[in-house]
Amino acid sequence: MTVYAFHGGIHPPENKLQSTQLPVAQANLPSHLVIPVLQHIGMAADPVVKVGDTVLKGEVIAEPVGRISAAIHAPSSGRIIDISQQPVPHASGLEAECIVIETDGAETWCEHQGLEDYTQLPPNELIDFIRSKGIAGMGGAGFPTDVKLHLGDDHIVNTLIINAAECEPYITSDDMLMRSEPEAIIGGIEVIARLLKPHHIMIGIEDNKPEAIAALNRAAEASSLQIDIQVVPTKYPSGGERQLIQLLTNIEVPSSKIPADIGIVCQNVGTAAAIYEAVTTGRPLISRIVTLTGDALTQPQNFRTLLGTPFTTLLEQAGVDQQRLSKLIMGGPMMGVPLTSPHLPVIKTTNCIIATTLEEMPAPPPAQACIRCGLCEQACPAQLLPQQLYWFSKGKEFEKARQHNLFDCIECGACAYVCPSNIPLVQYYRFAKSEIRNEELEQRRADHARARFEARQERLEREAAQKAEKRKQRAIEAAAAQAARKKAQEQAQTETTEDTGTPAVNNEAEVKALKVAAAVARTKLSKAEKALKNARDKGLDGVDKLGATVEQLSAKAEDAQAAYDTALSTNNASSNVADSDAKCDAKQNDNSDQRTAKSADYKLDMKSLKQQVSIMRTKLKKAKASDPESSEIEALESRLADAAATLKAAEDKQIERAAAEGIDLKQLKIDAALAKAAVTKIERAAKAAQNDEEREQLEAELPQKREAAEGLAQQLARFE
Amino acid sequence: MDAILTAILVLFALALIFGLILGYASVRFKIEGNPIVEQIDAILPQTQCGQCGHPGCRPYAEAIANGEAINKCPPGGQATIDQLAELLNVESIPLDAEHGSEDVRKVAYIREDECIGCTKCIQACPVDAILGAAKQMHTVIVAECTGCDLCVEPCPVDCIDMIPVATTIGNWKWPAPPSPMQIIATDRTAPAEESQA
Repeated sequence: MTVYAFHGGIHPPENKLQSTQLPVAQANLPSHLVIPVLQHIGMAADPVVKVGDTVLKGEVIAEPVGRISAAIHAPSSGRIIDISQQPVPHASGLEAECIVIETDGAETWCEHQGLEDYTQLPPNELIDFIRSKGIAGMGGAGFPTDVKLHLGDDHIVNTLIINAAECEPYITSDDMLMRSEPEAIIGGIEVIARLLKPHHIMIGIEDNKPEAIAALNRAAEASSLQIDIQVVPTKYPSGGERQLIQLLTNIEVPSSKIPADIGIVCQNVGTAAAIYEAVTTGRPLISRIVTLTGDALTQPQNFRTLLGTPFTTLLEQAGVDQQRLSKLIMGGPMMGVPLTSPHLPVIKTTNCIIATTLEEMPAPPPAQACIRCGLCEQACPAQLLPQQLYWFSKGKEFEKARQHNLFDCIECGACAYVCPSNIPLVQYYRFAKSEIRNEELEQRRADHARARFEARQERLEREAAQKAEKRKQRAIEAAAAQAARKKAQEQAQTETTEDTGTPAVNNEAEVKALKVAAAVARTKLSKAEKALKNARDKGLDGVDKLGATVEQLSAKAEDAQAAYDTALSTNNASSNVADSDAKCDAKQNDNSDQRTAKSADYKLDMKSLKQQVSIMRTKLKKAKASDPESSEIEALESRLADAAATLKAAEDKQIERAAAEGIDLKQLKIDAALAKAAVTKIERAAKAAQNDEEREQLEAELPQKREAAEGLAQQLARFE
Repeated sequence: MDAILTAILVLFALALIFGLILGYASVRFKIEGNPIVEQIDAILPQTQCGQCGHPGCRPYAEAIANGEAINKCPPGGQATIDQLAELLNVESIPLDAEHGSEDVRKVAYIREDECIGCTKCIQACPVDAILGAAKQMHTVIVAECTGCDLCVEPCPVDCIDMIPVATTIGNWKWPAPPSPMQIIATDRTAPAEESQA
């Protein structure tokens, strides 16, 4: 098997020997474990425990949310004392949701069981089992492993590459894992191979790890699978996924494609070991090997560490010299992020903590101008043009940076390493990338908002159109009904001579309709009058026009009233008998329609009675004034008394009728008057209000009050 | 004479043929509406806030297409102005302060125990991001809120706050590296002095 080459790359001092002198040690159990719910790429897991719960080691404390997510398990037994925002190891130095466990020191495992024979299990169930164990890529990115294991479903995977290159300086956690647990790695590869069914399995490992190579070779021999252990020359960044693929297969993964698109899947050795552990013992991913190195430590070493262990615990165990410590870096010196505080927890992707002294990693010299030497281009493993990308990022010409394939940059830092002007190139690329991502997000948001706005606009228009359509329909129906009524009336008039009973019923409906028409005309008229008055008061334009309209409307209203009156009189004349019959019926029958008709009659009666009384009174007065001795006065007096008595009787009847419905008419009248008074009061106050605010407030109250007053008035009208 | 006549006839025939082709093309490939409005509308942030003085982003896009200034959109900020300037091939100008200043992204928040359920904010929201019914407590769907501010004013009990969106690990952005070329002390102080002067 030949090993190919990738473009560029650098050879920084390895500094790996310091941390491989001692075997992997068990990290101390801290008193508190801080476990972020987001330790992987994708959606944060959702906590399923409450503060105060006791948990056992290996118990699920947060469930995955959505497809790309991973479960979180309790790394040790203890009590949940907090679920809150805590600082997490992230370049931003921000806080994120964490579950805090106070350990009890007993390390009591929850019940767990491995699979007896995973080869008997259908692939989907096996992947679900691995998903339930919360395994995410241990190489650095933390991509949920179960998603990658599903790649066999929709891709033809012919090559499985296990990434053991570990190319970044200082880091030795994979190296030590390979030395101490090669069987677990090979076992994990067997599980992955069963799921992806590749034709070819390769382990890519750099030639600076001879002991690990030997250990892997020994373990691989025992396996039934044909596993090629490919030793590649030490060069940074051969451990980059795309670079390793090119080294081993000489195939370049196309831009914006994933390796699975060309039939290759990569997994890290740490992930393989975690899968093996989960499948054979049933233990979830709750610990990992972390390298502690750097000149500020007296005993650099690898530790098997529970997730959530604070860095301080590890640093103390490795003998940190606080005097000499100048900078803490999580990850390697090339791609890692400097940490602001040592009180951060280890997460699934924490492979290395470097405690450096000032001499070891001095502050970078100030950046100078780019001299276009082109060294960065020669070092770039992704074959990009770093200096162009630098110019575009610096000048915020993000569109051009994108056209120059900024997103193919793996942020390995090789360009910045070789830059003679010490320009922090990767920082520029990261800045440009996050600006572009943000712009894209904003654009998506804007598109979404536009879609919603347009949908709303359309809905409002549709509703308005529907309302207009309904109104039109109603108008047409009303016209048709009126025409029919007219016809019926004509017919009825011809028929009344023959039959007195039946047309009365017809007429009743007609009269009602006419009455409504008259009322509508009246309301229109009063509205127009009001508008006219308003216009006059304010000296608005179009007063003449309004005046004309009012005249027109008043004529119409008179017409309508006249039509109603004639209809009523004819109706009364023609069907007195039927009417009285109907009244009798109404007394016994509780039909609401008839009641309305009845109340209309009453209203009429009351009005005419009142009129009569007042006419009598005036006549009497006149008579008294003109001729006090006249005999007419006496007759008039008695007539007035009669009329007043009738009115009183009618009123009593009204009160009785109201009482029958459980309403005190007197009280109702008082209420209505009060409500009306309140409305006028507010109106007056609003007019007199000093400032706008006060007025607005009053005006806001007004409709409510007005409604109440109208409601009472209507109720009252039913009885009068 | 014949040659001249032939030439005229040929040219006439050609003119006729091309005229027909053009006529057909203008009917067949007719574009409804002004395409530049679509492009401008795509750049605008779609908050529908009306700070530009137009009832929504599209009317402003139409106004820009008809020659209105491109610097009246505070939610879009300088980035939007630059994009518009590039699209329309005009000089980029600073944001017109009269229409408001660039601000961080905000979302509306209804203090729910103070809400009286008047539905006024629901009617004001241009993107239907407020949920509720008459006399029922209302709430904002944060994911849909564009932070346009339009719901704040109609609220009769002033229970709506505009809260800046907090920076989390999810939306954190890498900062721009500090400007290089500051080796010489005077390089570092020069800009400060300039700004003072």
